[in-house]
Amino acid sequence: MDGPLEKIERGPEPAKLSLSVNGATLVAEVEPRASLLDTLRETLDLTGTKKGCNQGACGACTVWVDGRRVVSCLTLAVACEGREVTTIEGLVEHPMQEAFLSCDALQCGYCTPGQIMSAVKLLEEGHAGNDAEIAEWMSGNLCRCAAYPHIRQAIREVRDGEHQ
Amino acid sequence: MTTTLIGQPVTRVDGHAKVTGAAKYTAEISLPGMRHAVIAGSEIPAGRITGIDKSRAMAEPGVLAVLTHEDLPKVATQPVLTLSLAGTVAHGQSFFPMQDPVIHYAGQPVAIVVGETLDAATRGAELLDVTYERTESITVIDEGRDRSYVPEKILAGLAPGEMGRGDVAAGLAAAELTVEATFTFSANHQNPLEMSASVASWDDGQLTLWDATHGPTATQMTVASLLGIPASRIRVITRFVGGSFGAKAMIWAHPTLAAMTAQIMHRPIKLALTREQMFTGCGLREDNEQTITLGAAADGRLTAIRHEKLSITSAYDDWAEPALSGSGELYACDNFAAVYHLIKGNTMTPTFMRGPGETAGLAVLECAMDELAERAGLDPVELRVRNHADVDPVSGRPWSSKGLKECYERGAELIGWGDRDPRPGMRRDGDWLIGMGMATAIYPVYPLMNPQRARARLYADGTAVIQTAASDIGTGAATVLTQIAAEGLGLPLEMVRVEYGDTSLPFLAASVGSTGSTAGGNAVHLAATGLREQLVAQAVQDEGSPLHGADPELVDVVDGVMVGPSGSESYGEMLGRNFVPETEYLGTYQHRVDDEHALLNFGAQFAEVAVDAALGVVRVRRMAGVFAPGRVLNQKTARSQLMGGMIWGLSQALLEASHMDPRFGRWANPSLGDYLVPVNADVPEVMVETVEVDDPFINPLGIKGIGEIGMVGMAGAIANAVYNATGRRVRSFPITIESLL
Repeated sequence: MDGPLEKIERGPEPAKLSLSVNGATLVAEVEPRASLLDTLRETLDLTGTKKGCNQGACGACTVWVDGRRVVSCLTLAVACEGREVTTIEGLVEHPMQEAFLSCDALQCGYCTPGQIMSAVKLLEEGHAGNDAEIAEWMSGNLCRCAAYPHIRQAIREVRDGEHQ
Repeated sequence: MTTTLIGQPVTRVDGHAKVTGAAKYTAEISLPGMRHAVIAGSEIPAGRITGIDKSRAMAEPGVLAVLTHEDLPKVATQPVLTLSLAGTVAHGQSFFPMQDPVIHYAGQPVAIVVGETLDAATRGAELLDVTYERTESITVIDEGRDRSYVPEKILAGLAPGEMGRGDVAAGLAAAELTVEATFTFSANHQNPLEMSASVASWDDGQLTLWDATHGPTATQMTVASLLGIPASRIRVITRFVGGSFGAKAMIWAHPTLAAMTAQIMHRPIKLALTREQMFTGCGLREDNEQTITLGAAADGRLTAIRHEKLSITSAYDDWAEPALSGSGELYACDNFAAVYHLIKGNTMTPTFMRGPGETAGLAVLECAMDELAERAGLDPVELRVRNHADVDPVSGRPWSSKGLKECYERGAELIGWGDRDPRPGMRRDGDWLIGMGMATAIYPVYPLMNPQRARARLYADGTAVIQTAASDIGTGAATVLTQIAAEGLGLPLEMVRVEYGDTSLPFLAASVGSTGSTAGGNAVHLAATGLREQLVAQAVQDEGSPLHGADPELVDVVDGVMVGPSGSESYGEMLGRNFVPETEYLGTYQHRVDDEHALLNFGAQFAEVAVDAALGVVRVRRMAGVFAPGRVLNQKTARSQLMGGMIWGLSQALLEASHMDPRFGRWANPSLGDYLVPVNADVPEVMVETVEVDDPFINPLGIKGIGEIGMVGMAGAIANAVYNATGRRVRSFPITIESLL
């Protein structure tokens, strides 16, 4: 995350925090140690962002902060004040969602929001030139159901404009 | 019937909720006044607790309570290991924690910390001071090798510890070729991406429990028996489940612990396991050693198979993954013997993990068959065809259906088996050695032990609801049940909605052992077709209906319109005219014991690998699997599930290993960073096909199941491909870089 941060002394007790999530300003009362992931899920009831390991290893909690993909389990909520957070709930009828559905790029669906948040950014980052590149740049998102070939197919189809 | 919805590649009915983030999994349920509970697990593998000092934990702001074995109520019934397949209670082990200070395994729950927030409870659990008296432990095979025994029964008493037929010694004496080899397998943990969780809420003596499980009915009955309250006072809700692969197939302690905690705290309680606790909270696939001996005539025909397995079980259960039965079922061979050897150790009772038994047992059999093919100078496919079991070698009965030879043929075509050089180490692509291997897949067709039920309801507006207590753990159950219901009722898909994952709905056993579609599918089929017949019978008797007097046999239903020889009307018109707002039918599927046929699921697996000649890195380049799983209910979701299974086979072959540190008796790598599972870049394109075999004997819909068969055999195919590439027979799974250097 780039840009200056306003220095505010708070904590360790819960403190009011103002977050911009999916274009709305939300106020949460959380401890400064609370992760962005737990704040989204437990305080703001935005449960589309998933917890798969809480250690930054699985990618299920991928969200965007100021337009860049991050793992929200290793991001402090308090560090996101003044930044724009986008979660899966902020995507509305995005072609990637349609492609995941039609390609059956999911089974249990638990990794799916994180996969989609990564996949959309992957295209913007220009890392979807071929399958090997897609596979490499999507390897931060585990899918235990192993829908990987279908995830690549969905990303290819969106890249090629098949889902408008 | 004119519609053919069954089999169509229908998009998942629950898919939209999953791609938008609207799908709520268990740990995402929040209730007013709810508090968080976190389990603290034992740091030692054996011994007893000598003291628990709660003071530091209780001093942490937001911590509300610390509960230990001195605070928790005693369970009403001592649990006895019972398979969820039985459709009753489903205790994962014959032990319930936090009843006394005795420690049987590391990670065993010793305290529950309740907090205002998840962070407070988590921090409280870290601050808990537990002192222990540690005693000697056995956590790896080498520590207990001299104490092994042969159990009378395994699998909760459902399978014998020893089995066989004929005379293996005579079969080996008569053999012109023999293969004998010992294989080792690392322990594996299922690690679904969603961690297990339960949310418990009491209201006037009634318990509502949200639980991530294969079977809400299994949770209901298990928790009822432990709490000592009637099942009628527990409602279990399981809407979305983020995978399981066996982790959620049996009912472990946490839902009951959540219910007990909620009772003590007079508050709704959410209890979610951490990723690390997924290694000590819901069983495992035990590490094991297997020795196989094959005897064969010079032409490759098998004269004897002996297969033994050694593994660690818990102090209180005789658990062994049923890895050996497949070796007696797959090939025509008169002489077969198998023996399970167990060591009592400091582990929780091992449990199901995808393809339980067959995945490990067939890896061994199929690697040995590859060696035999080489000794006999035969193509590996030809060796298997020569030993093809035309009838069941166990019972002598004909198969209800098979299709295996077609699977071999098509799989060989897909992978280009003809390009394989039988001499190892001959094909090269730059620095990479290229090899191909294959293996057979089989998986049992387990009988369902109790009646499976579903209700179909039609409203006067012409829409229908189908209700059954099924759980969709990512299999696509909700989707195929919708298809089956729509086809049975003669309605378009969009007019049928399925309600599932709730014990308020008609009974269905836990979806385990590839029985989910058989149980739910047949119950829904009988409910839907039963309701259709009821509606048609009503129409032909209704003087106001254009179908009055028609022969019901001649009435078809198309898009909700009953079409008779001389007239037609919709379901809705008939119900509306008679002022009937809705009507229902309860379908009951009871598995019929077939004394004349043998039931088994078949497939063939092929893999091409590249092995870096200098570095030993193995990359799977192509995989092809062809399966004959009876009727395929949805080509799209079935393909996904079979493909997922095949990639699980890749993972078993090359990646997955839980490492025990015997000094501490604890897992050394309990995280998704250190327990390797495939990432996108590990997985090649996967070719999956099915051979549709008509099976009129197995169940009304002809279903054999697809959850496990896709995985079975793939590890063997990959190991055989590694041999073909390198000339190295690696006999430990996973096959790692160091084993090829």
